[in-house]
Amino acid sequence: MSSGKRVSGGEHFMVGDHACAEGALAAGLEFFAGYPITPSTEITEHLSRRMPELGASFVQMEDELGSLAAVLGASAAGARSMTATSGPGFSLMMENIGLAAMMEIPCVIVDVMRGSPSTGLPTAVGQGDVMQARWGSHGDYSIVAYCPNSAQECFDLMIKAFNTADQYRIPTLVLMDEIIGHMTERVVIPEAVKIAFSGRKRPVRPASEAAFLPFKADGNGVPPMAHAGEGYKVHFTGLTHDEKGYPALNAEAHRILVTRLIDKVRLNAAAIVEYEGLHLDDAEVVVVAYGCTSRSARQAVFTAREKGVRVGLLRPITLWPFPEDKLRRLLRKGEVKRFVVAEINMGQISREVERLTQIPVARVNHPGGAMILPEDILEAALS
Amino acid sequence: MSVEGAKIVPSHHLDSLFRADRLPHILCPGCGIGPAMHCFAQAMLDSGIPLERHVCVSGIGCTGRVAGYVNVDSYHTTHGRAIPFALGISVVRPDLKVTVFSGDGDLISIGGNHFIHAARRNINLNVICVNNFNYGMTGGQAGPTTPLGAKAATAPYGNAERPFSLPYLAAAVGATFVARWTALHVRQLKEAMVRAMKKKGFTFIEVLAPCPTGFGRPNNIGDGLEEMERYRSRCVVNHRAALHELDLDLRRIDQPFILGNFVDIDRPHFRPPVIEQGPAAEFGRDDRSADGGGAAMEGAP
Repeated sequence: MSSGKRVSGGEHFMVGDHACAEGALAAGLEFFAGYPITPSTEITEHLSRRMPELGASFVQMEDELGSLAAVLGASAAGARSMTATSGPGFSLMMENIGLAAMMEIPCVIVDVMRGSPSTGLPTAVGQGDVMQARWGSHGDYSIVAYCPNSAQECFDLMIKAFNTADQYRIPTLVLMDEIIGHMTERVVIPEAVKIAFSGRKRPVRPASEAAFLPFKADGNGVPPMAHAGEGYKVHFTGLTHDEKGYPALNAEAHRILVTRLIDKVRLNAAAIVEYEGLHLDDAEVVVVAYGCTSRSARQAVFTAREKGVRVGLLRPITLWPFPEDKLRRLLRKGEVKRFVVAEINMGQISREVERLTQIPVARVNHPGGAMILPEDILEAALS
Repeated sequence: MSVEGAKIVPSHHLDSLFRADRLPHILCPGCGIGPAMHCFAQAMLDSGIPLERHVCVSGIGCTGRVAGYVNVDSYHTTHGRAIPFALGISVVRPDLKVTVFSGDGDLISIGGNHFIHAARRNINLNVICVNNFNYGMTGGQAGPTTPLGAKAATAPYGNAERPFSLPYLAAAVGATFVARWTALHVRQLKEAMVRAMKKKGFTFIEVLAPCPTGFGRPNNIGDGLEEMERYRSRCVVNHRAALHELDLDLRRIDQPFILGNFVDIDRPHFRPPVIEQGPAAEFGRDDRSADGGGAAMEGAP
């Protein structure tokens, strides 16, 4: 589609990758840098057609290392910026995810997950990048990761991802999977005025007045952001730095900085976390599933209910931060006897659920290449 | 601003160009990065471009620290990624004058792929590469610019690999301005930087610089001054030198170090494609693509 407009309002029959790209455009995407990789290529191709119509900058880079670096530079200059990739390219981006966290440069990274590790199954589904998304760069930092399970959510969550990235000055990830990226569904795009926008906190006083401390946080732990070319003469570094942005290579400065980077997400988790619940009120067995797997899980829950078994579904929409509070509330009610975690990897979110609970967690796993069937989830829920 | 004979004055006319509250710097006595940084500061003033519109981006290494000293918007990025980071700034803010100031290991080894592609695309960027023939920050290891036979922390028996000739490489991959000077040729170096800043497109300046700690010591060169003198005594300025004859060989005393402004051409610089009206593609067209297929990109306006 080529509407020539930023927001292609209306009803569409659209593939997930394109819905993701349209969501980014509706969110105000101004700069994209990326490298073709299956199954995310359709995002890049779609933006290569759409962005020139809108006066936004599309650059196809030489590799994924350069892609994310260019995204960070453009964002440091004030542009809403993103890249899109899949597992192998995502791995190459890890170092600059750490840089984005350390420099507090907002950016959105879409990872359409495929069968892995390594080149794995390039054209088939996987969900193996979940832990990498959380912990992939070296050291301690925080990110937010959204996980859509429909083409509609690919659109909707891109808008949230940009707002979250800007609001907290963090790299924000959108973990799609091959099924969701390549599945064509109904997508309703609202009018432009109905697209939610929350931008970056910006310096209040002009550069000519008083010294500005580019890394001095206020209220919610997030510092106002000055962009390149605004006269603030900022210095951004990946080294541990003080509020001025100057290198401060000592343990105390490191403690203060890294703690704040983590707390930006940790202390604001209640405002960030999203999930969908289905039949959780009286559930004795709770299935946890996300992305395409949650669609099989939903079918399994319906079938179980038809059989009179009290099974519910908890679908994290933010995989990170994980909906820990919801899980704890379910446990406190005392009705849940068992969890079933279904995912197309050999056990990543199941570890998280096991960590948070003291009751049995059954795993339904597949390393990639095919969806997990509702029957397999049902069997685990009933046994 | 005033010169008061031999008296030490409390201020220098370039003070405003540096973050004085970050001094003293980390560089070793005799290092060539200081003079190159000084030339850069003077060139920013002489360029006539307001300092608010200058941006300095560097990667990792001794030269990478320069971004932390110059008093303009500056970004000290990851190892090798200064050029793509700067590309992002340059593309979304074409009114800014973006300079990548980094070292040979950062730009040419780990960042080599970005270097050749930024030059090929003719991104509007000035690249200043301080070449001290080794990895200084990590203690003097060999790199892709270490001369044949030179000793280094990871080449204790002498470097067996042929090094890059950086001006030859830069010209071959499309740079529109290519120069080589040393940290001793401060006037010529500064003038080259001003020329580069006044151009649109990808420019490249190599600055040969002494590294007494990392390179001089294992090669029995002595202090920074002696290393500089060795280079100076062999320097020949030839702006019209053949690009393929710019190799540096420290072992052959008879072979000169050729300096100069070798390339100064104009070709359209990169701008992302913009179209006035969307193509008449209809909704629902077949958008499937083969694995690895990418969008074609129109580079130049």
